[in-house]
Amino acid sequence: MPKVVTREPMSVLERSFVPEIIRGLSTTIKHFFHAASGQNYHEKQHLWFLNKGNVTYNYPEDVRTYPKRYRGQHRLMLREDGNVRCVACMCCSTICPANCIHITAAESDDPSVEKYPASFVIDELRCIFCGFCVEACPCDAIRMDTGLHVQPFLDRNNAYYGRDLLMELGELSVAIQGGDKS
Amino acid sequence: MLADTVIILVKILVILLGIALTAGALLTFVERKQSAWIQNRVGPNRANIFGHIRGDKFKDSIKLGGLLHLAADGLKMLLKEDIIPKGANRVLHTAAPAIVLFPVLVGFAIIPWADHWCAGGLTLLVNHRDVCLSESHNLFSIADLDVGFLFVFAIASLSVYGGAIAGWSSNNKFSFFGGLRASSQMVSYEVPMGLSVLGIVMIFGTLNLNEIVRAQGDLLFGVLPAWGIFVQPLGFIIFLTAMIAENKRAPFDCPEGESEIVSGYMTEYSGLKFGILQLSEFIAVIFIASIVSVLFLGGWQVPYLYGDGFHMPHSAFFPLFALLFFVVGGYLIAVGVRREQMLQKIAGGLLVVLGLVYAVMSTTQANGVQHLPYEGVVLLRLGTMFAKVIFMVWLQLMIRWTVPRFRYDQIMQLGWKIMLPAALVNLLITAIILIPLFS
Repeated sequence: MPKVVTREPMSVLERSFVPEIIRGLSTTIKHFFHAASGQNYHEKQHLWFLNKGNVTYNYPEDVRTYPKRYRGQHRLMLREDGNVRCVACMCCSTICPANCIHITAAESDDPSVEKYPASFVIDELRCIFCGFCVEACPCDAIRMDTGLHVQPFLDRNNAYYGRDLLMELGELSVAIQGGDKS
Repeated sequence: MLADTVIILVKILVILLGIALTAGALLTFVERKQSAWIQNRVGPNRANIFGHIRGDKFKDSIKLGGLLHLAADGLKMLLKEDIIPKGANRVLHTAAPAIVLFPVLVGFAIIPWADHWCAGGLTLLVNHRDVCLSESHNLFSIADLDVGFLFVFAIASLSVYGGAIAGWSSNNKFSFFGGLRASSQMVSYEVPMGLSVLGIVMIFGTLNLNEIVRAQGDLLFGVLPAWGIFVQPLGFIIFLTAMIAENKRAPFDCPEGESEIVSGYMTEYSGLKFGILQLSEFIAVIFIASIVSVLFLGGWQVPYLYGDGFHMPHSAFFPLFALLFFVVGGYLIAVGVRREQMLQKIAGGLLVVLGLVYAVMSTTQANGVQHLPYEGVVLLRLGTMFAKVIFMVWLQLMIRWTVPRFRYDQIMQLGWKIMLPAALVNLLITAIILIPLFS
């Protein structure tokens, strides 16, 4: 038994298309004027008509505000004398699930510091921004709080961020190195 | 004699280069932007100069709100390879875009952008028609033809030849279908189009477009301007529909029908030839807007403005107009300030200035009459004509992005079974109403 589809015949007004087209036009015109009134940034406005409109962000000009704990590009923190805080304990490279941190340890000239990273390379293309390296670090040496996107690369070699590049955004950390010994 | 020739040349240059071609090129951008806004998108705004695609430099680069996409598109069209397919008729394939463009441009010859310039003084008759006391110069339309009305339709229907020739000469089945569809669509829309405007001719009793506009300055029942849309509402709908169909734009873009026949008769075109085919479509949009404004929206007529100034039916009309402009302009400025949009601020500011003008006039008027210098009247009329054309262009783009394409048989049915009888009925009713008025 085939299914019988009943089709409503169009009324005379519908067949003349005019009222239906006007109905459609009123919808598109509404959208047109809402979008023409500018951008809506999801912030509640006082006037009802200001809460309508386009919600697209024009990225390089309008940047969305990120939450404070947003995990962005890495940075290496600094000691008081400006040297890298990292002691090359390998915690971060061990826990890294993407295996993107490569550290070569070396003996430090400073007698109070045992080791330092002779090279500290993060492959930003492999990094999955999980934040485990930050959690694992015992010295507050690595952070991901820059709020920056990692820029797209034209050459894969540019994606290897070295120690000095990571230190450029670094600042003095107030945490006591190696924990409070007293 | 020489002065007349120079004036005609200047008129041709200004109207064709200044209005038709410039605005047509601008429309390619406007359509992208407007369709974006309708669909809740941002639209083209990335093209920039003196900047860089990435980083802080992009913020400081010059973007002109996306207007530079025009330059980018034009440059792309110019530099693209011009392909003539194998087996195509080289001569006709090359000539077709010109055949499409030519009638569209020629149509602009008879559009009156304002009334004839009256060098000396003018006087107003009782029925509000102004009469020039000295000789008048035709400064605002290229040709003041007495058969202007017929000229429009003679020229407008020529452009379908270009489409048909383009389709045939491309040596491509899809192009051929596109050309065929264009011709048959034209046949089914010419007839209702011609019949729908006959009512206008019957009412105003002339074929001269400027005279038709002049006649639309009369008042119906002493209040309503006798614009075509008020005396021929059905004729307006049929004429606008038929003109859009003639221009082969959605919802009547069967000849292009990109989901069925690639791009119709434009399939085998590339580079500047394709650009010209596209451009002529946009110029035709402006032409349709201006002819509809002239025939149905009162052309250069400002409501209640005559040769020597405003003659309102009632003195309360001035504050009413002022209030209207203040409300709309204030709304626009409020939006512009809150959202930091320059365009809205400028548009709102212009409307508020207009409202101020009306407010000032409402204090200086004498019983609804406010005399104005002739130059001011002409400027107001020119501005009104442009505003009406811009509105009609906007409306056409809105329709194009609202209504889906009609199926082929639906177009035929609409043309022959609905619009033709409707136009005939419209004609009959108009005649029945007019008989007692003339006898």
